[in-house]
Amino acid sequence: MAERSFKREVEDLKLGQGEVFTGEGILAITKALLEAGVGYVGGYQGAPISHLMDVLADAEDLLGELGVRYEANASEAAAAAMLAASVHYPIRGAVTFKGPVGVNVASDALANLSSSGVTGGALIIVGEDYGEGSSIMQERSHGFAMKSQFWLLDPRPNLPSIVKSVKDGFALSEASNTPVMLMVRIRSCHVTGQFTCEDNRRPSLTVRDALSNPRSDWARVVLPPMSYRQEIDKIENRWPAAENFIRDNGLNEVFGPDKAPLGLIVQGGMYNGVIRALQRLGLADIEGRSAIPILCLNVTYPLVNSEMLDFARGKDALLVIEEGQPEFIEQNIATFLNRARSQTRLHGKDIFPMAGEYTGRVMMDAITAFLREAAPGLLPDQARAPNSPPPDIPDLSKVVPIRPPGFCTGCPERPIFAAMKLVEKELGKHQITGDIGCHLFAALPPFEIGGSTMGYGLGPASNAAFDGGGEKRAVSFLGDGGFWHNGLSSSIGNMVFNKSDSVAIIVDNYYSAATGGQDVMSSRAANPTKATNNPISKALKGVGVDWVRQIDRTYDVGKMRDTIREALTTDYDGPKVIVASSECMLNRQRREKPLRTQAIKEGRRVEAPRFGVDEDVCTGDHACIRLSGCPSLSLKKLDDPLRDDPVASIDQTCVGCGNCGEVADAAVLCPSFYRADVIHNPGRWEAWADRLRRRVIGWLQARRDARVLDATRGAA
Amino acid sequence: MTRAETFFAAGGDDTARAITKLVIMAVGGQGGGVLTNWIEAVARAQRRAVQATSVAGVAQRTGATIYYIEIAPEGTEHPVFSLAPSAGDVDVLIAAECMEAGRAIQRGFVTPDRTVLIASTHRALAVSEKMVPGDGIAKAEEVIAAAEIAAQRFLAADMEQLAVANGSVISASLLGALAGSGALPFPVTAFEDAIRQSGKGVEASLRAFRAGIAVVTAPVSVPAPAVKPATASAPLRGPAKARAEWSALVARVDGLPEAARDMARRGLAKVVSFQDVAYGAEYLGHVETIAARDGGRDGHVLTVEAAKYIANAMAYDDVIRVAAAKTQSARLTRIDGEMGRKDEQVLQLTEFFHPRAEEIVGLFPAGLGARVEASPKWMARIDRLFNRGRRIRTDRLRGFVMLYLVAGLRGWRRRTLRHRIETDHLRAWLDQVEAYRARNPELAVELLRCRRLIKGYSDTHARGLSKFDRVLAGIDTVAHREDAADWARRLREAALQDEEGKALDGALATIRSFLN
Repeated sequence: MAERSFKREVEDLKLGQGEVFTGEGILAITKALLEAGVGYVGGYQGAPISHLMDVLADAEDLLGELGVRYEANASEAAAAAMLAASVHYPIRGAVTFKGPVGVNVASDALANLSSSGVTGGALIIVGEDYGEGSSIMQERSHGFAMKSQFWLLDPRPNLPSIVKSVKDGFALSEASNTPVMLMVRIRSCHVTGQFTCEDNRRPSLTVRDALSNPRSDWARVVLPPMSYRQEIDKIENRWPAAENFIRDNGLNEVFGPDKAPLGLIVQGGMYNGVIRALQRLGLADIEGRSAIPILCLNVTYPLVNSEMLDFARGKDALLVIEEGQPEFIEQNIATFLNRARSQTRLHGKDIFPMAGEYTGRVMMDAITAFLREAAPGLLPDQARAPNSPPPDIPDLSKVVPIRPPGFCTGCPERPIFAAMKLVEKELGKHQITGDIGCHLFAALPPFEIGGSTMGYGLGPASNAAFDGGGEKRAVSFLGDGGFWHNGLSSSIGNMVFNKSDSVAIIVDNYYSAATGGQDVMSSRAANPTKATNNPISKALKGVGVDWVRQIDRTYDVGKMRDTIREALTTDYDGPKVIVASSECMLNRQRREKPLRTQAIKEGRRVEAPRFGVDEDVCTGDHACIRLSGCPSLSLKKLDDPLRDDPVASIDQTCVGCGNCGEVADAAVLCPSFYRADVIHNPGRWEAWADRLRRRVIGWLQARRDARVLDATRGAA
Repeated sequence: MTRAETFFAAGGDDTARAITKLVIMAVGGQGGGVLTNWIEAVARAQRRAVQATSVAGVAQRTGATIYYIEIAPEGTEHPVFSLAPSAGDVDVLIAAECMEAGRAIQRGFVTPDRTVLIASTHRALAVSEKMVPGDGIAKAEEVIAAAEIAAQRFLAADMEQLAVANGSVISASLLGALAGSGALPFPVTAFEDAIRQSGKGVEASLRAFRAGIAVVTAPVSVPAPAVKPATASAPLRGPAKARAEWSALVARVDGLPEAARDMARRGLAKVVSFQDVAYGAEYLGHVETIAARDGGRDGHVLTVEAAKYIANAMAYDDVIRVAAAKTQSARLTRIDGEMGRKDEQVLQLTEFFHPRAEEIVGLFPAGLGARVEASPKWMARIDRLFNRGRRIRTDRLRGFVMLYLVAGLRGWRRRTLRHRIETDHLRAWLDQVEAYRARNPELAVELLRCRRLIKGYSDTHARGLSKFDRVLAGIDTVAHREDAADWARRLREAALQDEEGKALDGALATIRSFLN
């Protein structure tokens, strides 16, 4: 079950004709799919579209009622492959994953799908993770559309536009027999707003119906000589059909005056940022009416030649506003203009920065620079010659610390990396690779474990060059999500087949945790519609790993450390795999906290553990923090002038996971930590014995107090 | 192409100025999303067009997060909103943590012409601040000072504490501060309705919400935290004879330079509580010796630092001291309070000990201990016997009495090997201080301060000692130079920067480079 529940929001998906929907972009997309009569949906989670998968999962009943099949696909490749259902059947299908990494994984299926062509509308909803807060390499999914010849939508980032583009996307796909990718950016996925609904539509042909009337056509199979015919078909038929559809249905929009010496050509997703810059320059009003012509490309691939030339006609200069690199759109327009011998000057990346997000500042500066050159008369006085110097605000760049993401309070992965760090202290630094998932945070301080990440499920595979072994063994990490996504075959299978002498550590936290706690095959929870409880260690044995160590409580740092040491030093020279399993604390707390509160309320006995630090025992070296980084383990400055350094301190958010005590013990750190278990509703005997013990302890303490001078009490 | 027949005559003024732009900067896990939802609900209930955006994903796992809300003016039906805040274009900035306020200022989201900055002054320390072996905590005062300049209005309070005190979370107290600030044109009742409609922990949220309003509308914004007197209130405790001797000793402190007396009193108390009054007299003897030779420069800094670091050196961290700390009478009451234990509840306490042979042998009589320590065979034997993690339950009698007995070894301490090692170390250090003092008093002060490097237990302690030795050796190579004190300070600060001593290696290499 996912971290966030959309059970309440799912009710909004039932809204009918004329009713107003209020909510997030992700939900609006889901509603649009239902209104468009989609026949099957699927995908693979990953920010920023994780919630789309969560919504679909929570909406499974509603989907069932409408005859829509929902599949939580094993990977993006599996999701894209599912669209094969639209090749022969007139069924609309939609899948979702993040871009561009998900598109990378899916690209094999997407390329085949694009070559075969589709009968039913095939929509790929990609959450483009580019810019601030992104967790992946910065690239564009745009290039995939160009190489495989599928179409790319990039709607204006407001709910009505996004909803419309879902429907346009299906229609375009069907009109041109080509899959369509709908790109939504990070912020559009979570943008809130409203739109007016239509009724949900059952698919005219369901996947169940299709199974009863199967079809096939070998002309659609990618095999010679059809593969070459498909290539010709793309150019001669599908592409022109797409251009006609885009033009005839007005998918792209023009705003502002008809006649002007200049114009802006913008990706749909950039539209709001552009308008904001114009608003600030006094060149557009609050509702977006612009003094400058804007061609808004809700379809960013393919571009329609005639639309571009129409827009350029009579204009001296154009500015292309296209985020990311390389500047595919700008190059394409340049070709159009050049072939038409147009005299219109084309600007874009000569003014805008080649890389990085087009933030408000960047947009404002670039548009100002463009106007200053192309039409200085339009600029407000202030922008022409700024007169007020910026206020003199102290520079805080040396003060404010960076705050990258890290392990949550009580995270079961922390002790795994604490153990790894301890082993490295004993045996020296090792060649270590990471994978994709929360465990990659270990690459950051305080652990600094792992030096590369090559892709989901590819941790052990990226150590393949070292599989032959040497004086030391290579270590790789792999999450349970990555294991089932791709790791079992690409990483573990690779290790077995190549008789790898390396060590792989599988971090099993019972969920696809980094993406929001979705279930995976080895999740321990019972899931009514998915098959869980398939142990990773069983799969390992199945593919031929003989050396497997299963650890069921990662918080046992000593055992964790000993097991890693054993893997690194054993005589066994085949693949060694450690499965380190403990439940993601975020999800565990979410699951257990209400139960615990309920139990306390009902008068049942409940132990609530938490850790503490004796501040007069702590010497302020912070070695414990260098083996933890837990948010609840922090520092406190003492108001004692004899002490220079702040001491460790644990706040009330501690969940009592045990890492602090285990690390203090395993690393022989210090005796400052203590664990305090508050027993709610103790039994009568337990409470009586406790009172008695407290009395005896109190008597012993009073005895000592009378004999030993405690001068700190009377000091100063 | 769909052609929208829309015209607008350029007027020069910012037409989006009427849109209220509100940024929330928080640390992942603080509930920035909840706060965003509340504010959006308030605006929508007031029939305003509104939009909220956020960047989800792994950044939410304890990293810095940002949420953005735009609220259109009354009567605007279809505004075009921006999806991200822009530098210099923010009306309200809510920072859920002190350094996040700093980050907001750094990014230009707080400007004097318009931004109301509502900040919680509490700190959630970043890993980079916490992991430094010394004091790596960022200076909040600098952020506060910058905020005073950067913001049009700056409303600050410890919103976290306010929320916790009311059994709620920071999003509620921050919403209260926003409502109380008057930065949004909505009545307080509208905010309360939003909280009620969210339906979870409503009463506690409302309490924290009202506390948030109160703290920003109170005439004085934030009272500076009062400087606590050093546990002065509790009466002196112990046998009558010792108390009398103690009084005589305290009287001796008045013979020290005025500037050093407070530190010396604290130091004396620490040393006496560590051992006994006689040990305290030794301590004062050391301090008096240095005071007598202190020329009085820089406010008797030599004596002040001597009073501080000699006390720390003499009250070293041994097993007896730890056992005493774990069994002292005030501890249980303190932990009961910290854990919020109620009378009818039971508290179990587990201590984490991991003694090594060194700690055990340290308790042996000095002569025997030294012989044992010199014998690897015996050390290995003792290690086998003792070196393992021990969880001691101090709420149970067995565990408590064990530590209680160890704490009772105080009288034996002066005969132990550990004490001899510490005493020798102290003497060598003070001799060196004296040697430098005659030539370069500033260098002597820096050498005293180097005692800060020695801390911790087991490996940590050994590492501290080795850094201390390396710093001292480094100082010795430059002791003849006029800027020796400056180098000593630099070496010490370098040693406190990282665990492995990389910065120290660098500093030592620099010294070698100019010496050669």
